[in-house]
Amino acid sequence: MKLIWRLFPHPFLTLLLTLTWLLMVNRWSLNSLVFGFLLGVVIPFVTQPFWPNRPNLRRPFKIAEYILVVLLDIVQANIIVARIVLFKPNADRRPNWITIPLDLKTPEAITALAGTITMTPGTLSADVSDEGHALLVHCLDAPNPDAVRDEIKQRYERRLMEIFE
Amino acid sequence: METLFEFLVAAFLVTAGIFGIVGSFGLIKLNDQMSRLHAPTKATTLGVGGVLLASMLHAAAFEKYFSYHELMITLFLFLTAPITANFIAKVHIHRQETRDTMPEAGGDDHWATHDTPEDEERRSAEQTPPAED
Repeated sequence: MKLIWRLFPHPFLTLLLTLTWLLMVNRWSLNSLVFGFLLGVVIPFVTQPFWPNRPNLRRPFKIAEYILVVLLDIVQANIIVARIVLFKPNADRRPNWITIPLDLKTPEAITALAGTITMTPGTLSADVSDEGHALLVHCLDAPNPDAVRDEIKQRYERRLMEIFE
Repeated sequence: METLFEFLVAAFLVTAGIFGIVGSFGLIKLNDQMSRLHAPTKATTLGVGGVLLASMLHAAAFEKYFSYHELMITLFLFLTAPITANFIAKVHIHRQETRDTMPEAGGDDHWATHDTPEDEERRSAEQTPPAED
């Protein structure tokens, strides 16, 4: 059992790399599956010193739901931002910094949250506090900063909490 | 049937083009540095996404094979866009803002970009390092 962990330090990464290779080849064949799997074994093994801890995925199946929610929000985000850019005069816009206190602890989860915030409606994650307890978010147009903060916590952080912690 | 798919592919391409243009226009129109970051990170995602959808649809409808490496481009884009934006934002905070002009950092002292080596030393002196396991 120990040997298997030594050989596959990141089983999810192995799976993901194999899948990535198959998708990039763009034609299904046994050859590319084998080669993709080889890459999936070698890359995590070689990069192991840089990434000693395994991310702890408690409920991996919740990821599908999360991706779906985020994808829909991204489409919506594009339309909202496009409308602000095209039709809202600069004087009416209320750009704002928002501080989001974090309940998440793991770096992977915080990274995922920061990425999501950047891709979704009118918000952009800019920085994290020095001890990692808060996230700095810039809003393109936020007349009511508290509402934006609550929505991010409700919509994304709660879901990431279920997945990672 | 062919015509329908042609219209669909064309519609995706046109939508993508519009969002691409809006993203670039936003760069000119928005008037402060942080706001300018919003337009290219978001509007262009749908811009590129539209082209990729059109490409997949075209392969399936006209060249009779299922093409899916476009999904990888979308994935890489979603991974890289937030990181680029974050780095540009950090440069802005580093060069244009000071600790006093930034909002409160929640319960912590300041934002990570304004961290100095002295802060790091102070922190490691204050708290005993967690045990290695």
